[in-house]
Amino acid sequence: MPSVRFRLNGAETEIDTDPDRSLLDVLRGQLRVTGAHFGCGAGECGACNVIIGDRAVSACDTPLWSVADKDITTIEGLGTSEQPHPLQRAFIAEQALQCGYCVSGILMSAAALLKRNPSPTSREVKEALDRNLCRCGSHNRMVRAVLRAAEEMAAAG
Amino acid sequence: MNQQAPSPALPVSLAANPKLSSWLKFSNDGQVTVSPGKVEIGQGIVTALAQIAADELDIDLARVQMIRASTATSPNEGVTSGSLSIQQSGRALRHACAEVRRIFLQQAAERLGVDADALDIEDGTISGPGNVRTSYWELADEVSLDRDATPGVTPKNASRRALAGHSVQRIDIPDKVLGRTRFIHDQALAGMVHGRVLRPENSRAKLIELKEDGARAVPGLIAIMRDGSFAGVVSETEHGAEAALNALRKGATWSDGEPLPDENDLASFLKTQPAESTVIDKRTAAQPGTVARTIKRQYTRPYIAHASIAPSCAMAQWNGDRVHVWTHSQGVYLLRADLALVLKLPVENITVEHMEGAGCYGHNSADDVALDAVLLARSAGGRPVRVQWSRQGEMSDAPFGAAMAIEIEVYLDAQGEIIDWRHSIWGNGHVARPGRAALPALLAGYELANPFPRMVSTNPPQANGGGSDRNSIPLYDFPSWRIESHRLTTMPVRTSALRTLGGQGNVFAIESILDEIAAERGEDPIAFRLRHLRDERAKDVIRAVAARAKWKPEKRPGIGHGVGFGRYKNTGAYCAAIAEIEGAEEITVRKLTLAVDVGEAINPDGVINQIEGGAIQATSWVLKERVRFDRQRITSTSWTEYPILRFSEVPEVEVEVIQRPEIDPVGAGEAAHGPVTSAIANAVFDALGVRVRDLPITRDRIIAAMESSL
Repeated sequence: MPSVRFRLNGAETEIDTDPDRSLLDVLRGQLRVTGAHFGCGAGECGACNVIIGDRAVSACDTPLWSVADKDITTIEGLGTSEQPHPLQRAFIAEQALQCGYCVSGILMSAAALLKRNPSPTSREVKEALDRNLCRCGSHNRMVRAVLRAAEEMAAAG
Repeated sequence: MNQQAPSPALPVSLAANPKLSSWLKFSNDGQVTVSPGKVEIGQGIVTALAQIAADELDIDLARVQMIRASTATSPNEGVTSGSLSIQQSGRALRHACAEVRRIFLQQAAERLGVDADALDIEDGTISGPGNVRTSYWELADEVSLDRDATPGVTPKNASRRALAGHSVQRIDIPDKVLGRTRFIHDQALAGMVHGRVLRPENSRAKLIELKEDGARAVPGLIAIMRDGSFAGVVSETEHGAEAALNALRKGATWSDGEPLPDENDLASFLKTQPAESTVIDKRTAAQPGTVARTIKRQYTRPYIAHASIAPSCAMAQWNGDRVHVWTHSQGVYLLRADLALVLKLPVENITVEHMEGAGCYGHNSADDVALDAVLLARSAGGRPVRVQWSRQGEMSDAPFGAAMAIEIEVYLDAQGEIIDWRHSIWGNGHVARPGRAALPALLAGYELANPFPRMVSTNPPQANGGGSDRNSIPLYDFPSWRIESHRLTTMPVRTSALRTLGGQGNVFAIESILDEIAAERGEDPIAFRLRHLRDERAKDVIRAVAARAKWKPEKRPGIGHGVGFGRYKNTGAYCAAIAEIEGAEEITVRKLTLAVDVGEAINPDGVINQIEGGAIQATSWVLKERVRFDRQRITSTSWTEYPILRFSEVPEVEVEVIQRPEIDPVGAGEAAHGPVTSAIANAVFDALGVRVRDLPITRDRIIAAMESSL
């Protein structure tokens, strides 16, 4: 089996497996990193979004070979219990979810947005999250939470 | 009913499960474990129940450990549905905790040698005059809670509750935001292997032949299982299970299946099927007026999918003739009962344990996948088997919310006042839940070589809120009415409980025709409603929403405003909604303003969250959702074919909660759907001058309605 190397949440990672397998399958299966969730398997819902380089992408339709030598961040690498990411704090403060299944993917889309645009408008947040589906109807709280995190990050410099 | 009065009888859930220790226990480390029979389905119930327990016991919320429901340990509270968890579990817990508090106070009084009335409890520490003190935890060994609850306990006065009525942060949210393992989908049991089930594309096709060679060649395969038309694979890995399933699919030959109705003519289909007809309610005027004219309208709503973001998932592990099941079912005991029927085992051999899944809006495939896992696990040699459905399976094989055709005929007198009202409903029943009948309601049970007959959905009685007829009895004070329901006795498209059951359809129909009558009279729709209501709580939510939305906003081209009102199940939460929409080629809902009265709102932010979520989900139903099918199969099996509302399409939502601490709380999860649906439809008329009576309100439907009104 050919091996694929990448950095996962900052850690050098090497996987020997069929390189055509999806990144999500490898993350959840072999690596037991389960924060990215399976939702559709077709890149249509965003529940499995991770950040590759500086872009949020769906891991379910990303083949493993395509992430060779790339930096991958999952929800597990966004923040920790001791030091949550401002987005995670803001989602708690705004109680910005109901079931929360979609939220790890949404946080990754939001984190990628704030990296390229630290002070987005509400419309820009909605555009950035438009490929993420939420069935419980927590959208407005999530948008508020992203704006809150952006403000907090700006204030912290 | 007032909570502060000593309750003469036990709350229903407590009467069914009277042993106090089954609800709560004090552990040695200063914690209390609370074990409700209701489950977290993304609605925040666990937090609200923790608030109730902490309040009644006078302890800090952080000391409350909420235990997931399991048939091994939890009280049997049936199913987590119908917006009843606060009503049932909350009331039982409040009573149980009040009694436990009293028992501990008596024990403390004896130990400390002071009168129980002189004792106080603060965060679990019991103290009294002369600086005497003890605590729940010190006394825990001396007090047995293995005793039955008794009636006559007085819970705290509402004004003395420190937590109920206040917004506290939900206890499950940090885990979910930090990516900690909490969902059933993310659990890994020791030795766990993976299963997948093969299902036909065509509706109810039978498996004629299955060539297994391809699947057998897939690395990691543990077993291929077939029993009649039920077939599946078990593999060491999830990846391997998927690959084996694909290979198995190629080797499968299916029968043609059973025909589906014409999706473009659902009303005709629903109205011509064999049906069981029931008169739901009748009111006769003391002095019948003289009919000057009648208005008759037909409304329809399509089949609607649950469409949870996660496909359903379960795990099962056999040990001899005993099986342990992990599930996100809404009812662990009910699922167990059906599993026992299929497996022909006593219920004692089956343990069903709850784990959180994605948001659940009714009877989805959570129970089906549990049986799938149990059947596949039989061939896994005692290892736990995890089964997860595909997106396609979730969108086509899970039960749907039933399609409905509703006809309302209104009789008006010479002044245009309503003097009589006929409301007729055609459609399948709204409930085919497991655990309630002599036969199982689980999908694989219909597919076995010795299959169980397919359950045809029924309707709960009106006393429990009804099904097709939910919310069909007018809340308005009309002099005369007759409500009829025609429940289909055939069921080519599988239906079961989806949020509000028939409530959304009936409120849509009632509130639409009222709006039409008010408009014809040239009367303001809010004034018209208020004039026909007697219930002050109903009027209050309508007045509150009108004030909040500054009714009626000035008329602007292309913008419309509409109102809708309902009291869920006619006995639950009151809710009024005002929609502001923009009507161009497509409808955009710009803003929804809602007022809600749930009695005592235990966690007001939790109530707002539920109402916001319900309002947005209802907007999605109204603008977009419709299960699609041809005559052979369900075709809306992906998010492309079954679109739901996206971030860019979501309206601004404003919610006002009318807090009534002295009135028993009811649930909020289903209150918004009917009012929001009708508010949007009425706003479409306000903007475009056309009544769309068939959901969803899409561009094509608006054009069709315009053409038919010419």
